[in-house]
Amino acid sequence: MHLRLELREHTPLWLNLALPFSAVLATLVLCSGLVALADANVIDAYSKLFLSAVSSRFNMVETFVKAAPLILTGLAVTVAFKAKFWNIGAEGQLLAGAMGAAFVGGIESLPTFSLVPLMIIFSAVCGACWALLPAVLRTRFKVDDVVTTLLLNFVIFYIMTALLDGPWKDPLSGYPDSPDIRMDAEFPILLRATRLHLGVLLSLVAAPLVWLLIRRTTLGFSISVVGENPEAAAYGGIPITRVLIYTALISGALAGLAGAGEVGGLHFQVMAGISPGYGYTGIVIAMLARLNPLGVVPAALFFAIVVTGAEAMSRATGVPVFLADVIQGTALVTMLIAQLFSTYRVRTHLSASE
Amino acid sequence: MSDSDLLLSMRGVCKSFGVVQANQQVDLLLKAGDILGLLGENGAGKTTLMNILFGTYQADQGSISIQGQPVEIHSSADALELGVGMVHQHFHLVPRHTVLENLMLGRPGKGGRLDQTGARDRLEEIGKHYGLKLNPDAIVSELTIGEQQRLEIIKALFRKAKILILDEPTAVLTPKESEGLFSALRALADGGMGIIFITHKLYEVREVTNRVVVMRGGAVTAVVEDPRAVTEGSLAQMMCGHELTPPEKTTSQLRDPLLKLSGISTRIPNRPFLKDVDMVVHGGEILGIAGVSGNGQRELADVIAGILPPSEGKIEVKGNTITQSSPRKMQKLKIGRIPEDRMTTGLVTTLPLFSSMVLPWINHPNFSRLGILRLKAIREFTEAMISRFGIRAIGPEVRTGTLSGGNLQKALLARELAFDPEVLLASQPTRGLDVAAADFVHRKFLELREAGAAIILISEDLEELFTLSDRIMVMYEGCVHGEQNIADASVEKIGLMMAGAEAA
Repeated sequence: MHLRLELREHTPLWLNLALPFSAVLATLVLCSGLVALADANVIDAYSKLFLSAVSSRFNMVETFVKAAPLILTGLAVTVAFKAKFWNIGAEGQLLAGAMGAAFVGGIESLPTFSLVPLMIIFSAVCGACWALLPAVLRTRFKVDDVVTTLLLNFVIFYIMTALLDGPWKDPLSGYPDSPDIRMDAEFPILLRATRLHLGVLLSLVAAPLVWLLIRRTTLGFSISVVGENPEAAAYGGIPITRVLIYTALISGALAGLAGAGEVGGLHFQVMAGISPGYGYTGIVIAMLARLNPLGVVPAALFFAIVVTGAEAMSRATGVPVFLADVIQGTALVTMLIAQLFSTYRVRTHLSASE
Repeated sequence: MSDSDLLLSMRGVCKSFGVVQANQQVDLLLKAGDILGLLGENGAGKTTLMNILFGTYQADQGSISIQGQPVEIHSSADALELGVGMVHQHFHLVPRHTVLENLMLGRPGKGGRLDQTGARDRLEEIGKHYGLKLNPDAIVSELTIGEQQRLEIIKALFRKAKILILDEPTAVLTPKESEGLFSALRALADGGMGIIFITHKLYEVREVTNRVVVMRGGAVTAVVEDPRAVTEGSLAQMMCGHELTPPEKTTSQLRDPLLKLSGISTRIPNRPFLKDVDMVVHGGEILGIAGVSGNGQRELADVIAGILPPSEGKIEVKGNTITQSSPRKMQKLKIGRIPEDRMTTGLVTTLPLFSSMVLPWINHPNFSRLGILRLKAIREFTEAMISRFGIRAIGPEVRTGTLSGGNLQKALLARELAFDPEVLLASQPTRGLDVAAADFVHRKFLELREAGAAIILISEDLEELFTLSDRIMVMYEGCVHGEQNIADASVEKIGLMMAGAEAA
């Protein structure tokens, strides 16, 4: 018997919905061996892992707070990858946005009511500018965008540390942290006595907006066409350079917004550890969501649940928290395999004699 | 005839893809010394059958014997092992390597080392025997298409192929190169090989094969033992199931010049340069452009389509000089283009058909307003085109790449004709299409011509050029090498001009 892949004429909706679930299920089955190795009951460990994140109002909010930057970086990567603009630099664009937000949030002379909107806008602008650089390098000089976007992450990270160690060092604490933003610049809290801040709402609103952009606008159409077949796009009169530049700007702005949420809603300052790799995780999330903006939200929530739940699981069952990392990695692999099944169908072939 | 006398026998081969029966109870017999023509329209099942023989697909039912031995072919490696070689339409060569290196690829060497001298001797021997000569040290990317094809054939001989399958081998050749191929094939057949020649060009079948199997709708509809004894018309009838009459060309009135190029030159590295090209095309005429591929036709088309800005010269559309041409500007001026390679430059295979269909028109007010797509209108347009042009597709959502070649070409044609172009630029519009699909395209061109549009037809198929054109212009090394009215032109004259001879 032989297995072969055949291109599907089109993918039915139920399959598109069922595949991510099967991928998650497969991930859990694959990882259960590790749980068993750690001498824990698989069912116990998994129920702790997944249920603790939704067990209380506080935990649920925390899950959303953790998911917010992941949603935004996931969307940033989604838009970029749709156009095959390989933006590995959401991390750097997030840092640029965070610094922009912290900068605006600390300006004493600005009127109070303008602080939050200006922080949001300026962080998006900073992120967009940081993404513009590699886009220009690629469209003008054909410099590989994977390399430039990745390396610019380090450039901005060290610019940030230099600032934090110099002009931006907090005079009160003496730590390499920036001074706190003004009280009035802190993002409003949406749910009393929790950390559910405006940035979370922003991320949840961004997802359907990006979906509309991709599916319902000429720019989104152009982004897909340029990504899938730049030559046909050129012959069809689509201005490729312009589309790539717009893509980079949108992608960078989304990542920059993630930075604004972290500064305005959580930390109220910039410090070296402000992003534990949200930009890179965003790549995984975008892949997990199969570059569907609406899929980014559940994908980011899945990651956030696993991360939040890992601690509870560890405390209760003794399974190391690193299981969360393994699950995230495995989920990416199973999802990529699932993606194959959505584009192709597998046929079994019996040869004549069998 | 018992199977043991036969080089190859395929019996009762069935193969289906989903609900489509690609092969139904197909029998195919091949003797040593045969050149067997496998004739059929696109989708008739020729390629599926050959892919089964070459191990790319497995048959659902049926048996294959080679030299009387029942065999099972699970992969192309199995096929090669059994002496079945295939020359695909798209070559599988390593362009940066030499001829000899390509020949040694995947071959066992001598004690872990490449067997250079052995391969060299073998190549020379093949050259002497069959007239298949190649310089062993030439870099493959510098060979002509005809030479690359020769290399593919030699590669099969290196692997001791007894059965050689050629998939539409003349589609990429000049008439002269085709002649060379035919004589090599005759020499190979005389040497005891069996050759299967897939084609839909009728005159070739009569020219080179000694037996023809005609397929239609997945089944064998006729076996012709002496192709020279039947007419092309009756072959066409067997292939299509109905008679085909060539489209009739009415006398059309020549109108004002729509497009005029004067002194156009280009200098793009690694592509042929255009040198001082003058050209004019009027409404109501079809200007054919002949030439061996790579003599600047593609560059000329790119200049007209606005893809390639000329370094010198003037483009005039309806009397207005165009500065700063761009694809979008040319579209706005109602210049449509059917690109040479529908899969890479025309359509987007991975996206739904409706995306491919509105690609150049996305900013048209029918399809978007203020940057917002009107998806309903886009779908309706696609559905209308599917039914008006008879595109075989299950709906606008179907993934473009799953359509067959003929249907892709119809889709492209539908798209470019949708908004009544005044100038249509068509490059190799019927390459790889079967007779019925090509006929459809030709009729559309003539309709357009009657409606007063200008058509620039770039083709390597002389028969096509002579059926449709009012005038034929020949490109040679980036220059316009001559031009003749169809009344004065002959295949011989144009053929000579294509080879660089001065016009008489």
